[in-house]
Amino acid sequence: MSDTTGDDSSNIAGKQIKMLEEFTYQIFPLGDSAATVQLGNTINEAINKRIIALFHHLKNNPIEGCREIVPAYNSFTVYFDILIIKQKHSVGSAFDFVKRKLEEVLAIPIRYTEKESSLMRIPVLYNSDGLGFIAEEKKLSVEEIIEIHSSVEYRVYMSGFLPGFAYMGEVDERIAVGRNDKPSRIEAGSVGIAGRQTGIYPFHSPGGWHIIGRTPLKIFDSKKEVPALLQAGDRVQFYPITAHEFTDY
Amino acid sequence: MSLQIIKGGMLDTIRDEGRFGFQYAGINPGGAMDVFSMRIANILVGNNMREAVIEMHFPSSVILFQQDTIIALSGADFTPVINEVAVPLHKPIHVYSGSILKCKQLKKGARCYLALKGGMNIPAWLHSSSTNTRVGLDGIIGRTIHTDDIISYKNEIPQSLHQTTFHILPWMAGIKWDFSSIADDTIYILPGHEWGRLTDEAKKDFTNEPFRITALSDRMGYQLEGKVLYTDSKEEIISSAVCFGTIQLLPGGQLIVLMADHQTTGGYPRAAHVITSHLSKLAQMKAGDKIRFQLTDIKTAEEFLVKQERHLQQLQLACSTRLQEYLNQS
Repeated sequence: MSDTTGDDSSNIAGKQIKMLEEFTYQIFPLGDSAATVQLGNTINEAINKRIIALFHHLKNNPIEGCREIVPAYNSFTVYFDILIIKQKHSVGSAFDFVKRKLEEVLAIPIRYTEKESSLMRIPVLYNSDGLGFIAEEKKLSVEEIIEIHSSVEYRVYMSGFLPGFAYMGEVDERIAVGRNDKPSRIEAGSVGIAGRQTGIYPFHSPGGWHIIGRTPLKIFDSKKEVPALLQAGDRVQFYPITAHEFTDY
Repeated sequence: MSLQIIKGGMLDTIRDEGRFGFQYAGINPGGAMDVFSMRIANILVGNNMREAVIEMHFPSSVILFQQDTIIALSGADFTPVINEVAVPLHKPIHVYSGSILKCKQLKKGARCYLALKGGMNIPAWLHSSSTNTRVGLDGIIGRTIHTDDIISYKNEIPQSLHQTTFHILPWMAGIKWDFSSIADDTIYILPGHEWGRLTDEAKKDFTNEPFRITALSDRMGYQLEGKVLYTDSKEEIISSAVCFGTIQLLPGGQLIVLMADHQTTGGYPRAAHVITSHLSKLAQMKAGDKIRFQLTDIKTAEEFLVKQERHLQQLQLACSTRLQEYLNQS
């Protein structure tokens, strides 16, 4: 981990975060044993950076009785143990206690210290059915779609759906297509597009994203200490490979 | 020192309370559906309440105990028999080597828990022994239990040379922790963040009308069938974390309750949440059963959970003393 707020680009991010500290947030219960903090009402990088910063801060400085934190696009959720909290703090509900603690954390300026994330480059054999669909829908050639998808640096906003499934954005408007109406069977390693998001299926699964290619990389390896290849906050870029390179990988 | 699966059941898996701390990576906790019954079974055999157990669905596995041990069953009543003689739930049973446990008929509930004194030797992944069939784990926690599996006991107990069958110990765990008069089909809920989107009529229907659990129900979630619920707003929701017991409103106006194997995040409106102390009750309901939801508040939800926990702790105290006395005598 290194503090990158020193350079120019992060100064800009720093300013955005400062603005966000004055940005409205809400804290609401998710049942009796969890609390969600939501920042704003849109998907954008600055909000997500603030979410990830808070996620890391709370992991390192856990609130008493909290068992885990789950970050998402513009929110994070804290799961707590009512019994542990009630034992020590009998006034009000466990949710009230966690909410108070979260308000304290939200009041302090937490700088976004991103992992020294060298750009993760992911090889993709672009040859799947979704290419034809997008080509027709968007009046583009397959080569143009590949060029557009692989020329952008994406950010992992959150994980969910399947173990290790990372939601990445933002996909260029020119190749952004909505989900399939009917989910189909999707192979592990498939790279798909849904709206302005792109993602890789770590396992074979039913899914509704338009698949444009496959990566030979193992996206989730349960034998590794950190099984998921991609984590919220990571930077990712795809690059095209040939069928030969795919089989030799 | 082990047990052998003579015939695998339909969906029997190893479960503990679940795998916590990894939902940020999309890894769901996947613990026991009915954690309360799992704990009762553990308490009866003198285990730590969190010890891994076998979660059985009907038809369940036929199990041969190759050596003596003490077991307990809790949760659903599948009409269990040992060596063809009926045995009760919620009592410790001293089974001698060569005894065979099977279940005859689904009488009540959906999931039955089998605990073994001292626990079983089960591998752990990310600090939990709960099965995950998705991520390619080696060994028994990567799949359902099947015929010829052998699971070894963690601890030995003194082996009897003379006994050939089993002995039911003379005490029983009371499973009733809630003495208010809540009907069997009633599940308490807290309003979700998007509860306010429901029309006034939908809000009334939610708590006045019954909802039937459909056949599309499993450890991931229960799809419900009932009055179509309308909302005043169709505003998109940005995906965020969900939990065991979250009741989502699907685009067609039907409900789905997320259960133990739920995905970690979701983007459907969170209409309501089942209170934690009622999850076990819900976990024992199955396709065809009807649910009635009743709104409550956080204070009541917490009081119930504290009551449930106190009950378990008292039970643990009483059971461990009696079990120790029994083991000292024999």
